Amino acid sequence: MSAQQTGATTTATTMVMPPPLSRAEGVEPLIAVRDFKVHFSLGGGTVWDKLTGGSAVKRVVKAVDGVSFDIFPGETLGLVGESGCGKSTLGRAILRLTDPTSGHVLFRGRDLAHLSPREMRAERRHLQMIFQDPYASLNPRMTVGQIIGEPLDTFRIATGREREARVRELMETVGLSPRFVKRYPHEFSGGQRQRIGIARALTANPDFIVADEPISALDVSIQAQIMNLMERLQRERNLTYLFISHDLRAIRHVSDRVAVMYLGKLVELADAKTVYDDPLMPYTRALISAVPVPDPEVEATRQRVVLQGDVPSPINPPPGCRFHTRCPYVIQACKEHVPPLAEIKPNHFAACIRISPDQPDIEKVAPGDAPGLKNSGRVIAQ
Amino acid sequence: MNRLALFGLIFVIVLVLVAIFAPLIATHDVGATDLTARYLPPSAAHWFGTDATGRDIFSRVVYGARISLRVGLIVVIVSAVVGTVIGALAGYYGGWVDRIVSGYVFNVFLAFPGLLLAIAMVAFLGAGLNKLIFALCIIGWVGYARLLRGQVLKVREYDFVQAARALGARDLRILFVHIMPNAIQPLIVQASLGMAGAVLAEASLSFLGLGVPPPAPSWGVMLEEARDLATLQAAPHALIFPGIAIALTVLAFNFLGDGLREYLDPRQRAR
Repeated sequence: MSAQQTGATTTATTMVMPPPLSRAEGVEPLIAVRDFKVHFSLGGGTVWDKLTGGSAVKRVVKAVDGVSFDIFPGETLGLVGESGCGKSTLGRAILRLTDPTSGHVLFRGRDLAHLSPREMRAERRHLQMIFQDPYASLNPRMTVGQIIGEPLDTFRIATGREREARVRELMETVGLSPRFVKRYPHEFSGGQRQRIGIARALTANPDFIVADEPISALDVSIQAQIMNLMERLQRERNLTYLFISHDLRAIRHVSDRVAVMYLGKLVELADAKTVYDDPLMPYTRALISAVPVPDPEVEATRQRVVLQGDVPSPINPPPGCRFHTRCPYVIQACKEHVPPLAEIKPNHFAACIRISPDQPDIEKVAPGDAPGLKNSGRVIAQ
Repeated sequence: MNRLALFGLIFVIVLVLVAIFAPLIATHDVGATDLTARYLPPSAAHWFGTDATGRDIFSRVVYGARISLRVGLIVVIVSAVVGTVIGALAGYYGGWVDRIVSGYVFNVFLAFPGLLLAIAMVAFLGAGLNKLIFALCIIGWVGYARLLRGQVLKVREYDFVQAARALGARDLRILFVHIMPNAIQPLIVQASLGMAGAVLAEASLSFLGLGVPPPAPSWGVMLEEARDLATLQAAPHALIFPGIAIALTVLAFNFLGDGLREYLDPRQRAR
């Protein structure tokens, strides 16, 4: 058991060896995700399936398929992508709410992806989650006090009066009146419920929070309040967020860095401003061009890149670059080579074989040219 | 609280009191026959009249509540506990255990017509109250188990269950604090329907001579004894009063179940 674990840790350490990308070089990441995969089997492919008329080939949904990135202390990493691209699965699998298939999640020298359930439970104090649906994520039969105080019980942090005081303090922190401590979730509005969910995530004083679409189910007017609350809490408690959303404007507002996901893979990763102002990968360019600009004059002249077709099924993702079926710049090589997430500009990573540090602008690349195939710079994932 | 549920509740309370204090309430000895007083219509001396052997029907109906409630309670409690544990574990842990339990065991049990299986078992084991209860439990637990498994499968996927895991809750806490309270509600309805069903099944089997052997004052036995043409013509009350007792009891438990479901739902309580 212990030998096996040492083995896993050693592999994990070697995995980190290509130095992590960081905003300030030398800062150790809080969370380092390496070659992370989450596959779901749909069955098929066995003798039994052939006899009973099931699928002859084994069908696997590759929800997350080889993803590597770092999250640095105190930052918000925005994870953006279309519905079904695997971003929620990625967030849940990092916290082991879904079992990962392979890969590593390094947190303070431990590989979360390979901890026993018992060891993982102990680490959960430091790792929390805020859920999308403030109606489904609160147990309807528990009072607010029971919900917010649950981690105090499960981690045996506080009991009795101290527990009560902690719960009241948390309620005040997130802007809820402690008078409501005995009320049930259904007596609150969506925004208030999300505050309860946030308070619960804070109870055990975590370092890292995965916020899975925390504002998507809320009214626009409430969204800003919740985002501001999360930002204030981040400052006050030195929290690190993985903020998952399909809302490009929300991501821009809250994120320090942004990772763009497409069909189970990261396609671009850079500072938030860079991703929005100077996207490199064709998919990101199309995605960013879809964001309306508040200035009507700018909006009138905004160039939109409209993608053709739908996102292919993650059951049989296209070979090579997964975006090649919809990419306006596709060449034959794109269908054969999986593009690595490579550093095209300093701390700006993109997965596209048609661009390179020498010519990062895909519009200016010679037709048919694929300089990315010869890239020799930093690569964080195949 | 709606009026039907209130009726159900009151009737069930009255029934329980009647069963407990049967010796005080009964006006005559349950077993005492009086061949000079056969087929007497209801009167001040015999409120519900007398039967073919001159026994007081009121007293027998009162004692009949004891048998019905005892059968109903034991059958429901045993089947609900067994069914809940099996269904919850199958639903929560899933895997091959679930595949065997829900794929084969449930279906095999459900493929038998319940009452027929009970008749076969009583025929095999012999008649008697305890054997009747055992037979009804054997066919009863599957309904609870299937219900609970489905509920647990559904509730297990809710975000608040995921949240509980993220908050460090262990399996047992997740199952009993988060899943069960949100899964068990239909079981309460099922249990009161089960009471009704068990009361009815006991009456049916006793009526067929496979349950409580006469001369025990079971409502089913009373029906059986009153079903010949002579009794029907001479003293229809010998059939009517135990019949009404069965019907009202079954109705009351059904109404009570509906009322309980409403009461136990915090969303409905707040309104």
